[in-house]
Formats: sequence, C-alpha cells, structure tokens
Amino acid sequence: MSTANTITEKTFKTRVVEVSPDWCPGCGDFGVLSSLKKATLEKEIKSHEMLVVSGIGCSSNLPGYVNAYGIHSLHGRSLPTATGAKLANHNLKVVVTGGDGDGFGIGVGHFIHAMRRNLDLTYVVMDNEIYGLTTGQASPTTMKDHKTKTTPRGNVEQPINPLMLALVSGATFVARAFSGQPAHLSSLIEQGIAHKGFAFIDVFSPCVTYNKLNTYAWFKERIYKLEDEAPDRDPADFSDAMSTAMEFDDRIPIGLVYKVEKPTYEDTEPVLLNGPLIKQPLGIKKELFDQLLLETM
Amino acid sequence: MENKQKKLNNLPNNSHEITIGFGGAAGDGLDKSGNLLARVINRHGLHAISYNSYQSLIRGGHTFLKLRISERKEMCYGDHFKVLLAMNQDSIERHAPAVEPGGVIIFNSDKVTCDSSLLQENVQIVPLSFRKLTSDMGKLIPIMQNTMILGSLLYLVNIDFKTLEQVLGDIFAQKGQEIIDQNTSVARIGYQTTQEHFASAKINIDWNFTHISKPFYSGNSAMALGAVAAGLKFYAAYPMSPATNILHWLVTNSERCGVLVKQAEDEIAVINLAIGAGYAGVRSMCATSGGGFALMTEAIGEAGMFETPVVIINVQRGGPSTGLPTKTEQGDLNQAIGASQGDFPKVILAPKSTTDCYHIVGEALNIAEQYQLPVIILSDLLMGENFETIEPGSWSHEVNINRGDLIEQIPQSMKGKDGFKRYTFTSSGISPRPLIGSEGMAYVTASDDHDEDGVIISDEFTNTAIRRKINEKRMRKLEGVLNELEPPQLEGSEDSEVTLIGWGSTWGVIHEAIEQLEVEGINANQLHFRYLLPFHSKESLQILNKCKKTIVVELNATGQFARHLKAETGFSSTDVILKYDGEPFEPRMITQRVIAILKGEPLDLNVTQSEAREMAYHYIRVHLKDKLRPSNIIQTSQNGYGEPVWVLDLIERNNGELKGKLTIGVETGSTHKWDPSNLEQ
Ligand SMILES: Cc1ncc(C[n+]2csc(CCOP(=O)(O)OP(=O)(O)O)c2C)c(N)n1
Ligand code: SF4
Ligand SMILES: [Mg+2]
Repeated sequence: MSTANTITEKTFKTRVVEVSPDWCPGCGDFGVLSSLKKATLEKEIKSHEMLVVSGIGCSSNLPGYVNAYGIHSLHGRSLPTATGAKLANHNLKVVVTGGDGDGFGIGVGHFIHAMRRNLDLTYVVMDNEIYGLTTGQASPTTMKDHKTKTTPRGNVEQPINPLMLALVSGATFVARAFSGQPAHLSSLIEQGIAHKGFAFIDVFSPCVTYNKLNTYAWFKERIYKLEDEAPDRDPADFSDAMSTAMEFDDRIPIGLVYKVEKPTYEDTEPVLLNGPLIKQPLGIKKELFDQLLLETM
Repeated sequence: MENKQKKLNNLPNNSHEITIGFGGAAGDGLDKSGNLLARVINRHGLHAISYNSYQSLIRGGHTFLKLRISERKEMCYGDHFKVLLAMNQDSIERHAPAVEPGGVIIFNSDKVTCDSSLLQENVQIVPLSFRKLTSDMGKLIPIMQNTMILGSLLYLVNIDFKTLEQVLGDIFAQKGQEIIDQNTSVARIGYQTTQEHFASAKINIDWNFTHISKPFYSGNSAMALGAVAAGLKFYAAYPMSPATNILHWLVTNSERCGVLVKQAEDEIAVINLAIGAGYAGVRSMCATSGGGFALMTEAIGEAGMFETPVVIINVQRGGPSTGLPTKTEQGDLNQAIGASQGDFPKVILAPKSTTDCYHIVGEALNIAEQYQLPVIILSDLLMGENFETIEPGSWSHEVNINRGDLIEQIPQSMKGKDGFKRYTFTSSGISPRPLIGSEGMAYVTASDDHDEDGVIISDEFTNTAIRRKINEKRMRKLEGVLNELEPPQLEGSEDSEVTLIGWGSTWGVIHEAIEQLEVEGINANQLHFRYLLPFHSKESLQILNKCKKTIVVELNATGQFARHLKAETGFSSTDVILKYDGEPFEPRMITQRVIAILKGEPLDLNVTQSEAREMAYHYIRVHLKDKLRPSNIIQTSQNGYGEPVWVLDLIERNNGELKGKLTIGVETGSTHKWDPSNLEQ
C-alpha cells in the first residue's frame, strides 16, 4: 500500500471533477470530500472501480464532486440503492455518503437494516446536527434545548446517538471523526473501506450557516482521540464500545469505537459464489426449464 | 346428459367439461385437494383452470375453490358447477343450491348433513361416513376425508383410479411408502363405496383423453419463470398478498436459476434496491400490491430521471388502503398512470391471461433496458394466484433478450477531452448506458435534473434551455416504445352489434361472455388492451369509430380504464360494466348485463336477495356467535325505515328453531334491526 506522501497533486486531480462544490465557504463537508478522495487514492482505487452513493441534502451532493461512478439518489434512500448496486456487482468499492437527516431521519429504517445485513459498504455521515439544505430545521441529532427554525423554544426531543444505534444494529465497524481533523478522518475512511463488512463513520461536519451551536470551536473544545487517551482499548469489546459511544457531554471521543470480523452478506449469498451478478449468464437452460414445468404436472 | 349440460352452459363448443366446487374452512386443505385432482386429470390430458375464493365469503375463514376441467383450454373458470365437495356444513348451506341439475354433492356424513329442500331438481347426494368406512385402518388424520371424497369424485366423473394412485405416489414420495399406501387405500374406499352404493349418481362423461400432461401454473409463477428465462438476475420484495408467491417461487428456485432474491425491510427499500441493481447493469425486478406500490412511487420517478431500467409488478387486490387483501380488483390503473411526481416516461403493460404472464415479463425487461425506463406490469389476484394448465408449447426457454445500448467501452465519438456523456441528447432519446465498473465512463446519475454529463442543473441557477431539452429527450423515448408495440386489434366480426372493451386479466371471461351472447343471438366482438401506456390512440380510435355500441368491462368502481380511454382518444364508450365486490367477473354476469344494456334497462344497485343473505351471515358471525343461519326471506316496503327492506328469519343451526328477524335495507344495505323479541310468540 502506498503511503500518504505518494499522493501528489497530480494523482489527487484524478479524483477531482470540473464541477466545484456549491457548499457555503467553511462548510464541514469540504473536509469530508477531501478526506474521502485522499483515502480512496491511498487505497489505489481506480475511478471506475468505485461507486459513491448519496441521498439528498447539502452533504448528499458529494458524489457529484468525485471522479467515480455515483448515484445521487432520493432523500433517505442511499443505503438500499447502494445495496442493490453492490449486490449486482460486488467487485465495486461502494461508499455511501449523506447527512444526519438523510440517514437518521427519513432513512433510519434502511440504516438499521443495512447494518443488520453486514454488506461490505462504507457509510460516511456528515452529521451537522441540522437540516442544512432545507435551511435550518431540527434534525434527529439536534441537541436537546437547541433553538432551530422548527424548535424556536428549544428542542424538546432526545437526539439519536448514531453510534449506539449502529452498535445495537449489528454494524461491524463503528467510528467517529471530525471534519476539522481531515488526516484522522481520512485514515478512518481508509480503515472503513479496508474493513470487510458494514463500516459506519459518523463525522462531525459543522454547518456554518444554520448551526451556531455545534461549531468548529464547540467540537474542538470537547473532542479527544481514543487512540491517544485509551491506546490499549480492545475495539472488539462491545460493552466498552457502548460506553465509549455513550460519552457525549464535555468530552466527546473520536476514532475507531468498534470493529469485529463477521461474514459479510455477499460471502453468504450462494448465488454470488459464481462471481458478480453482472458477469453471470442470462436465461436458463432447456433442461432446467423443462424440469420446472415438469414439477407441476 | 351431455346435451343438457351444453345447453345449460350455453357453450357453443363440443368440448366435454365439468366444474367441481370444493367448499370448506381455511385449513381444510382444499388447495391441496384441488392440486391433486388437477394433477390427475392433467395426466389424462385434460385442461384445468381454478379459482380459489378464500376467506370470509359467508363465515370466518370460508373457502370455495372451483376447478373447471375440460378437453379444450378454457380461458376462465366459468359460472356454474355440477359437483360439490362439501368439507363442512357451511359449504352445504352456501353452495348446495347452486349445484346444477343432474349434479352431485359428496360429503363426509360424520359431520355434514344435506337437506334435500336445498337442492335443484335431479341433484343427488353421496354421503360417506369417513369414520365407519375407515374404521379398520387405525387412527387417520381428519384431513384424509378429502382423499376419500376425491376417490369418490373420480368414480362419479368417470376418471379411472390408477392415475390417482400414481399421483399420490409422486406427491408423497418423500413421506414414505406407508403414507402412500394409507392415502391410496382411503381414496380407493371412496371410489369403491361410491361405485357400489351410488352408481346412479354417476355423471357419465365420455372423455377424450390425449394423455398429454401440461404445465400447471399461476400467473405469479408464470411471471417468475418468464423473468428468469428472460435474464432476470435480481429480485427484491417485501411480502404482500397477492404478490408474495412470486417471491416464494423465486426464492425456491434462486440458486438453480441464478437469480439473487432479497427480502427487504419495506417496499421503499425494495424499489431502491431494484433501481440500484438496474443501474449497475443487471436485469432487475420487484413486485408488490397496491399499498406497496404506493410506497414505491417516489422511486419510480427516480428511475425515470436516472434513465435506469427496472420492472415493477403490481398484483392488484381490492383497495383502497389495506382494502381486501385476499380479493381481486383492477383498481390500480389510476395509481399506476399517476405514479410519482412530474413528467417522465413510464410504460404500463397488463397481461391478458396466465399464459401471457410468462411473455409479458420478458417484454417488460426488454422495453425497460432498451428504453432505460421503469416498466409497470398490472396483474391481479385472480390471474396471479390461481392455477391453470398451459397449452404445451406456449412457452419456450429461448426468450428474445434485447439489452439495448448497454456498453462496456466508451463510444468512439466520446473519446477525447470532453469525455463520456451519459445523457447525450439523441434523436431517439436513448443514450448509451455503461455497465457500471467499465473503464473511462465514470459518471454520476442524479435524481435532481441534470445536463448531458449528469451534472445537476437544479442548484444555483437552473438552466431552462437544458431543462427543456433533457425533458424532451426523456419523453421522446415513448415514441420509440409505441412504435414497437403491437396496436390493439378487434377480435371477432367487424360489424358486431356491440363491442366489449377490456384490459388485463378479463380477456378470457369477456371472450366466454361473447360466446354466450352468440347463443343468445347477440353478435358481439372484443377489443382488448395489453398496452396501457404509451397508448395507441390513433389506432384505437380508428377501430372505435367503426364500432356500433361499446361497453367497457372492468373490475373497479369508477371505470378507470373507460376514463383513460377517453383521455387518450377522446372516445366515450356507450356504457360500462363495473364490479367491485371483491369477486371476479363470471361470464354470465357480463352476458346478462350486456343484454340489459342493449334493452335499455337501467343499472339496479339494490341489495339482492342473495346479497341480503350474505349480509345476514356477516351479522350472525359478528353478533350472534355463528349459532344461527338465515332461512325465510321476504321484502316489505311499509316499514318506517324510508326504504324497502329485506326481513330474514334467523333460525338455530342445530334444530331449525326460529330465533328472530333481521331487517336489512334494500337500497342502503344498512342492518336496520335485529329483533329477537318474536322469540316468545
Ligand atoms: C421525500 C423528501 N422529503 C423532503 C425533502 C426535502 N429535504 C431535502 S434535504 C432535507 C434534509 C437534509 O438534511 P441532512 O440530510 O441532514 O443534510 P444536510 O443538508 O444537513 O447536509 C430535506 C428535508 C426531500 N428532498 N425529499
Ligand atoms: S447550509 Fe450548512 S451544510 Fe449546507 S452547505 Fe451551507 S454550511 Fe454546509
Ligand atoms: Mg444535516
């Protein structure tokens, strides 16, 4: 595997498309985009071998800025769409991206079931604790008491803890990162892609326009890296992962929270033993056809 | 005997046929018995077509299965039956009066009796005591009474016992010789006892056996088979009646047919999975019923926007909402036409028969891939769930597969600086579509509107020129589709008195209604639609303008197709025949209403006497613990309810004692009153 310093400006350009992001200057999503590009270049994934799938939201515009196959799907539907594409061609490296509203609001059902399935997907959520694209309504991760456009007296609902939800839903790789620390983020994305199974990375990605509470400064004050403070943690320890995920107050851990090896969905699906579906022959042979008819006679 | 039957059925053909009714409760194993009988007669070379009317016809869990057995292939299950196999008392009450003259009723006399006052002339009964007749066989499971009754039936309809023996051997092969022997013995008891004691009840049909067995398929299994033959690789579904059998068939045969089958968390996931797979480059399909289809609609528009092929089957059931999960309807045409926001090209097909279900799926997969759009197939419960024999040779494993402009290498014209343009504007509207993973063609497809490259134009400043041209490009594809589809054709004579218009599964029943009308001296022809969108407006109008009277026949409450026809052609039909009570059309219903329309008789929507009885059964089940049954029924108009009413005597099931009167409105159908006070008198 190549190391970070082999990525020259020239190779980086192979992930760049002519379209430049229309995010607000300073938006956290820029950091996620460049980290994703860097990570996939580190892994030497060619453009045509990679598929980036998103839903709808500011964050979900991301596939349009990566030189790879991409699907900018419906609001909340990135995971089933990516699942269908991955099952059709499991040679593809599939990265799914989106926002907290997309993944934990309208798409939360798919989120849970995708993790249960343990398909080999990498899911990167740009969690800004707000609905950005629709101009600042509360999201499922908006903090208690936070005043947003739709919670003018402060949010009364308990926010979702995406990491805990992922853990209890069977994700085999769970991590948290901060878009303000792109090198760390990119290394986690790399690990997520390398992980065989469903890798979930929740990324704090500040919305500078609509979330004046969870700002870069707010996160910087609180986050600490697990690898610095708890270098001897066993990432396969589920109870430890749960208590790590639970910590969300004055101090918030980032880094790899949980990782176990389990059979992936593709590995256990007998039809895929014959190779990717897209390469398999179409139709059925006469003998089988006749047999299928005969069985009813 | 045979002449009499032909006259009764009014069938202008020389094919011998008989229809058997199986009545019982859910769990009585009627479908298994029906399947067994169908296999037996199939091996003799006869045809079979079934209709299973299940759940709560009159009481909780009542099931009535009809199997029409014939020498020629019939296109519907008909409107009469001659033999009733009654597995419980309920079935006698409900169905015995409908057994045709000359017919016979077989039942297990341990638990069922049959009051001769219920029977039409010349109907005989064959009561067999399962307990007594099998007393020396040790303990038998109760459901084996069916096997005894089947044995009896075979004697009565002149089909030899040997074939039943073979079929039992095949069906129970895995359960071992003991079970086979047991079943064979019980069946033989039924056959021989009937031969010895009830020979006079025999219906002597002189069958012409060809001994050619035929596939016995439902529309759902036909679609599944048709799809794998046509190269289906990916199927997703969430269980929903009456589409679930497609899922079951494909799961069962997934490995040997090389189709990946995925049950998903809901129908929204299902359609998005199917679109994801279709985008990547495999033939992809999903199926559901109306409610699930409603959940899919946002993504159907997305497939239109992505220009991704996907096939969606809607096996319609009674709506609206959860509606009638186990009953048939053609009520989702409006929903299919209106599915998803905005304008985008979609194709809607409706198979006309079970045999056609096989072909239409292959057609749908081809259209979806050639034109890169969503194709919706409208089937329904009647066609989807019910089995029939398929004429040998109707289906071949060799299916024409046309994948359209699916490329693995960048087209010469797009090499160079600007690179691959996924949505390149063409005169056909079709742009080359890469197999995902192919080098040099990486692009992003978007549900936002986009330019030729796929770059979205919705953000910042929407480019109206590009928006107009890509909209036109997408819609242009429908012109190509329409050119490729065969226009509708008039079946029957050109100058008929009346034309019956239908779509989807009603083709067969309308066909038979036309045969019946012929016997009544009315010459009718048929115009049937398989392709609902895009619509052959010009060709249809040419035909319709030459028709004398036109009647649209469809199984919904509002005449959805009649309105669609008008929207597409400007043509208004003379009248409509609609049905929306959960049960399918039978030919006689259509025939009678056509005659009435031609006579100028208005539609009567009052509650009929037999409907009043059905309503009474419902009342008895819900409020009177199923202990009573309706007997005498009269209509009165002086009553103070503001409408004429039916007054039904409800009597004790066991001893016939009068327990009270139930009053049901003739116009509104309201259950006005249950009056048990008459009891004392
Ligand atoms: C079915 C549907 N409902 C609502 C919307 C409107 N909508 C677009 S993006 C969005 C929320 C986006 O929030 P998030 O996913 O957190 O993304 P962000 O913009 O914050 O990155 C909503 C509600 C939509 N596009 N589709
Ligand atoms: S609104 Fe917020 S999330 Fe959207 S681009 Fe601007 S900063 Fe980013
Ligand atoms: Mg957000």
